Amino acid sequence: MATETISRRRVLAGAAALGGGTALGAALPARRALAATTTVGFIYVGPHDDFGYNQAHAQGAAAVKKLADVKVLEEENVPEDIAVTKTMESMIEEDGASLLFPTSFGYFDPYILREAPKFTKVRFEHCGGLWTAKDPKNIGSYFGYIFEAQHINGIVAGFSSKSGKLGFVAAKPIPQVLQNINAFTLGARLINPKATTRVIFTGDWSMPVKEAEATNSLIDEGVDVVTMHVDSPKVVVQTAAKRGAMVCGYHCSQAALAPQAYLTGAEWNWTDLYPKFVTMWMKGETIPNFYRGGFKEGLIKQSPYGPRVSDAARKRADAAKAALTAGNYVIFKGPISDNSGKMVVAAGQELIQSNATDAKLEEMHFLVDGVLGALPS
Amino acid sequence: MVEETAAVLAAPRPRSPGGSRRLIGTPAAEAILVPLGALILSLLLFGLFVACAGVNPLAVYRYMVEGSVGSWFSVQNTLTRAAPLLLTGLCTALPAQAGLMIIGNEGAFVMGGLAAAAAGVALRDAPSFLALAAMAVAGTAAGAVWIALAGSLRHWRGVNETISSLLLNYVAIAILNQLVEGPFRDPQSLNKPSSPSIGYAHMIGSIPGTEIHWGLAVGIVVCLAASILIRRTTVGFATRITGGNLKAARMVGLPIGRLVMLTCALGGAAAGLAGMIELAAVQERASADLITGYGYSGILVAFLARQNPLAMIPVAVLLGGIGASGGLLQRHLGLPDAATVVLQGIIFIVILASDAVYGRVPWLKPAAART
Repeated sequence: MATETISRRRVLAGAAALGGGTALGAALPARRALAATTTVGFIYVGPHDDFGYNQAHAQGAAAVKKLADVKVLEEENVPEDIAVTKTMESMIEEDGASLLFPTSFGYFDPYILREAPKFTKVRFEHCGGLWTAKDPKNIGSYFGYIFEAQHINGIVAGFSSKSGKLGFVAAKPIPQVLQNINAFTLGARLINPKATTRVIFTGDWSMPVKEAEATNSLIDEGVDVVTMHVDSPKVVVQTAAKRGAMVCGYHCSQAALAPQAYLTGAEWNWTDLYPKFVTMWMKGETIPNFYRGGFKEGLIKQSPYGPRVSDAARKRADAAKAALTAGNYVIFKGPISDNSGKMVVAAGQELIQSNATDAKLEEMHFLVDGVLGALPS
Repeated sequence: MVEETAAVLAAPRPRSPGGSRRLIGTPAAEAILVPLGALILSLLLFGLFVACAGVNPLAVYRYMVEGSVGSWFSVQNTLTRAAPLLLTGLCTALPAQAGLMIIGNEGAFVMGGLAAAAAGVALRDAPSFLALAAMAVAGTAAGAVWIALAGSLRHWRGVNETISSLLLNYVAIAILNQLVEGPFRDPQSLNKPSSPSIGYAHMIGSIPGTEIHWGLAVGIVVCLAASILIRRTTVGFATRITGGNLKAARMVGLPIGRLVMLTCALGGAAAGLAGMIELAAVQERASADLITGYGYSGILVAFLARQNPLAMIPVAVLLGGIGASGGLLQRHLGLPDAATVVLQGIIFIVILASDAVYGRVPWLKPAAART
């Protein structure tokens, strides 16, 4: 029993030591936001400066910071477990946040779904587009058809590749990733019908060592343009550039990492969307519970072309982008067969991106003709 | 990095069995003051580190107190984060009594969660108590088998248990990913491959009046039980002899193989139970999110507690508090998340180094050791 007392004392003493002799409590500033200020919290699953998924959101947060009467809180490396619950609660209860952007896909179910009914005055804006009418009304979900921009990447890659061999470093064979691989390949084959995309799945969202190995092995096979769908494209971009290959970026611009090798990139445009949502919230307007879009709605954008992109490629890519922005361009337009020869989109059938309930698009589980690789059955 | 950690952990344990008995049996001035001094020194070093990063250390200390114990909310936050560490720590601390250095906590945690999910999904329509009991049995059994595997490789094949248990972590994670992306996948989980749900109705609730799930209570009870097992039973005594002096244990005819397997299985069972609780109290379905890092933090807890299950309770609370206050440090002082990892690292190194102080400070020595 003596040791139990010790343990307890050790905790108390430890707590006292943490105080470092400062006047506890008395000196705590009143951090609760003033009535006129709106506090907005951003939560990232990885580092905020990852040159990828999280950086794109952090750029959106930086744009929100420029608004008047807004206080922005940011927390990075918050895993998809009870930690995100505690971070959301802490932002609400300790910092008075009224609008949260928990940005990782995995935060939604069950964490946001369980927190939203507890804090009905707080708005939860989640990236991933999972909200349905049966979910709490104080949750919004938004997402972009970024595969439109991967399609433009494909067009540029089709023009730029000498070997006609393209490479794709992908995390997991899930619909969102497959949409990107397929849209990229379809874009490239518009320009070079013989182009192929070799895809390598690394198995998880952030696997720097495997991503480097995958990039190297793609280039060893003769691939000269590489793109990717992983959380942080940094390693792929740097490895490809070092090996003399060209790259198309993803999530946000990686041009600064490889100014010569970078052709263009598929980027999120959160810098437009987040200030818009925050302003709506401050004015008391209703943010839609379900919000999606591509170029047309301004949710995504294309990185500026790099020096190695030819004029012909720029012209063709710009034309496709203009058609997508106008809303009269369908990427997945039949007939499309998969890489085993099976017809997956019949002639005359269109998987229209603005139709968010199109199950064939949402549940995509095929690799189009021209992709070298296989899916788990 | 993992390899480096493994190398550090593989180093011989500096504590002798005599030392541990001395700690328990005497007025515990040394046992309190040395770790406490190490903790204060760590915090001072951390203060220096943040000062170099241009942040006022006093503000850092203030937010750490506020974020970990400053309010009822932060106390609950701290305890919630501490709960799984109590169990995952035992996965290292129990085999350590028999002289084994197991660091397969993460793998046992994952296997426990996965097995619990399988049981929970199979018994979705059964009564809650039955489903939970089956999940607990499945989780502990899976964890026990996982670490017993490392124990048996060590005992019968002479394979280094530190390395094999570390590698088993990767095997466990690969099995988890393979299953939730393949045969055990809920077809509805489109963009986040997960198993089917165990059913919200079957989940473990919170301790009444708090937001802390029952895992905390389970963790404390299991730590107390582990301490009694080690200190107050013949099996525990025999295990400590095995850990302290293998030759002596062999000479007096102790069943070394059985003791090694038992402590490994019990340690693995504790981590497996932690995985089951994570699934049943927090996650509801198995997915890559089961790779929480609680297993690796458990190694830290066990070492900081010098493999003493009772001391693991305050240590887990301390690490829980550091984790809980990490958010405030990020949001209000602009410190990166890595700052809390740096603090954990400093504490780890200073506590390990503080082992050198034991028995060297005359006025700290227990009376028995002075004579």
